[in-house]
Amino acid sequence: MKLKQALLAGAASVLFAGGASAQISGDVVKLGILNDQSSLYADITGQGSVAAARMAVEDFGGTVNGKKIEIVFADHQNKPDVGSNVARQWYDRDGVDAIVDVPTSSVALAIAAVSKEKNKAFLNSGAASSDLTGKSCQTTTVHWTYDTIALSKGTGGAVVKAGGDSWYFLTADYAFGHALERDTGDVVKAAGGKVLGQVRHPLNTSDFSSFLLQAQASKAKVVGLANAGGDTINSIKQASEFGIVAGGQKLAGLLVFVNDIHALGLQTAQGLQLTEAFYWDQNDETRAFSTRFEAIMKKKPSMIQAGVYGVVLHYLKAIKEVNSDEGEKVVAQMKKMPANDFMTKNAVLREDGRLVRDMYLFEVKKPSESKGPWDYYKPIRTIPGNEAYRPLKDGGCPFVKG
Amino acid sequence: MDRATRITFLAMLVVLAVAPFVLYPIFLMKVLCFALFACAFNLLVGYVGLLSFGHAAFFGSAGYVTAYTVKMWGLPPELGILLGAATGAGLGLVIGWLAIRRQGIYFAMITLALSQIVFFYALQAPWTGGEDGIQSVPRGHLFGLIDLHDPMAMYFTVAAIFVLGFLFVYRVIHSPFGQVLKAIRENEPRAISLGYETDRYKLLAFVLSATLAGLAGGTKSLVFQLASLTDVQWQMSGEVVLMTLVGGLGTIFGPIVGAAVIVTMQNYLAEFGSWVTIIQGFIFVVCVLTFRRGIVGEIIGRFGPKGAAPTGGGH
Repeated sequence: MKLKQALLAGAASVLFAGGASAQISGDVVKLGILNDQSSLYADITGQGSVAAARMAVEDFGGTVNGKKIEIVFADHQNKPDVGSNVARQWYDRDGVDAIVDVPTSSVALAIAAVSKEKNKAFLNSGAASSDLTGKSCQTTTVHWTYDTIALSKGTGGAVVKAGGDSWYFLTADYAFGHALERDTGDVVKAAGGKVLGQVRHPLNTSDFSSFLLQAQASKAKVVGLANAGGDTINSIKQASEFGIVAGGQKLAGLLVFVNDIHALGLQTAQGLQLTEAFYWDQNDETRAFSTRFEAIMKKKPSMIQAGVYGVVLHYLKAIKEVNSDEGEKVVAQMKKMPANDFMTKNAVLREDGRLVRDMYLFEVKKPSESKGPWDYYKPIRTIPGNEAYRPLKDGGCPFVKG
Repeated sequence: MDRATRITFLAMLVVLAVAPFVLYPIFLMKVLCFALFACAFNLLVGYVGLLSFGHAAFFGSAGYVTAYTVKMWGLPPELGILLGAATGAGLGLVIGWLAIRRQGIYFAMITLALSQIVFFYALQAPWTGGEDGIQSVPRGHLFGLIDLHDPMAMYFTVAAIFVLGFLFVYRVIHSPFGQVLKAIRENEPRAISLGYETDRYKLLAFVLSATLAGLAGGTKSLVFQLASLTDVQWQMSGEVVLMTLVGGLGTIFGPIVGAAVIVTMQNYLAEFGSWVTIIQGFIFVVCVLTFRRGIVGEIIGRFGPKGAAPTGGGH
């Protein structure tokens, strides 16, 4: 008798589960924030991204179609194997429905593949690689905030238009640096500028003196920094010591965030031109968001953290429409709706997963122009989305029909 | 095998068979890959007394070769893994041939330097994908039959590879060849005076160790479906030293325990972020201060027959 009851109960639960699987699995929408919590990107992603996601959930009302929304987070230590291990565990065991943020391109590319395999949404705000919506695109990937192409087009094209028509590159000697240098160089030439030359430095260099002297001797109007992280910080610091900006040349950072400027200080970073998707002091809406964010995190949000808010909100709106948390379905719905939040205005999520948003070229203020902490940028130009991002047909994404 | 070893080995087989039904298979596969890697490393440092600081080169480049051949050439997984092991062997021959000419710290430095060259190559070469690595490697079908995308199938394949590798190491250590290796470890001039060409023994041991490290690396790249710079970085060489020391240098089961402890810590403490490294360092310090022979070495020392425990910390 007992056995029979158990069997019946089992059968019923299978049927019930079968019925529910077309909707929201596990009766909860679980978002996994996977980023760098401890190392070089912790400042621009980290707990700030978790806080931004929580704010989005709060603004959405805490539930979607009556189902609770939960947030978990983990540190991928910038290692693709650690990241994909966490991702698989989240998807297989913990019922996570979408992975959010994921800076570091190598980890992001790994998570994109795992997410596609498990049919879960991958909402990327943190990674730079344009391959995510190019040759490694997936139908479950959303690339929300920026990519290398937008940065190089933004900074490259706009700087030339603003008069910086001769360039010299300081390039990190590995694939990422080369790609950044090549893409930016193309943009500079297309805009009518000239590339006078380039010098390659090894990854994680502490002494840039000989490279900077060559850049100085080139007499180029703009020194493009095709590097990232600590290398960018070091080259900016040492460029300031060599008086490159004071001597009339401009520095163009191709991957610099507002937090880097905060760390460098205006004295060192002044005059640097850079592209971002968001700056806290753009309008009333961005200021309102940033004030809320600052109350929690005690600092201004980076564009990645701001982007996490936007992508989570858009994802939840799409779930509300389709009443399902299957990756492909939700992402397809996200592509149907225009995206709107405090930093995104009627932006379109393209077929390849790329959100086409306006980008902004900024110049770092002189210390005398700044009114206080975090008052760092003056706007130079707005770059319309379809000018900033790579055209859909050029990405080489296999499922995009030409 | 003596009785205690046989019982432990059988217990290990039982644990291997039951574990995937209790714990998360991917996590277990990671443990097994690192356990095999640590066993390979232990063969060299524990039984020949050569502290290599460049084993990541074999582990990582085998991962790249397996990932590349399986993804780009469409090779079946078993061939890909074998090619990975062959890569480890080839690199081991070159690096070993250069490095065994020196002892102690110089040996360690030469292996470190040469593995940095391998790292630089992996960073620069177009086919390794630079810092993006090789992604979405298909696991394919083992022998054309078993679909490895099923986690259980993959798990038991990895477990089989691990057990074979482990038995191989055991066989090597307990062969006459292994006895000569131990003689070299204890007193190289005496081994030479007995008529052994110690360089040839050391080189062969080095190549065997590199091959097994390659086997582990190739397998890992299929488990995670990616090959990346993490596995060729010098930190990885350091990690395998840590695993072997924590588990017990020169004990047959020590590296397995060490790998399990370290990988478990990295996995379950991941939420503490940067604290993981600090906790790891703390455990390392405790290990060196209180049980120098490692977990397994200490157990053998307490409960095993007299003189069975390795001396440990001889370097």
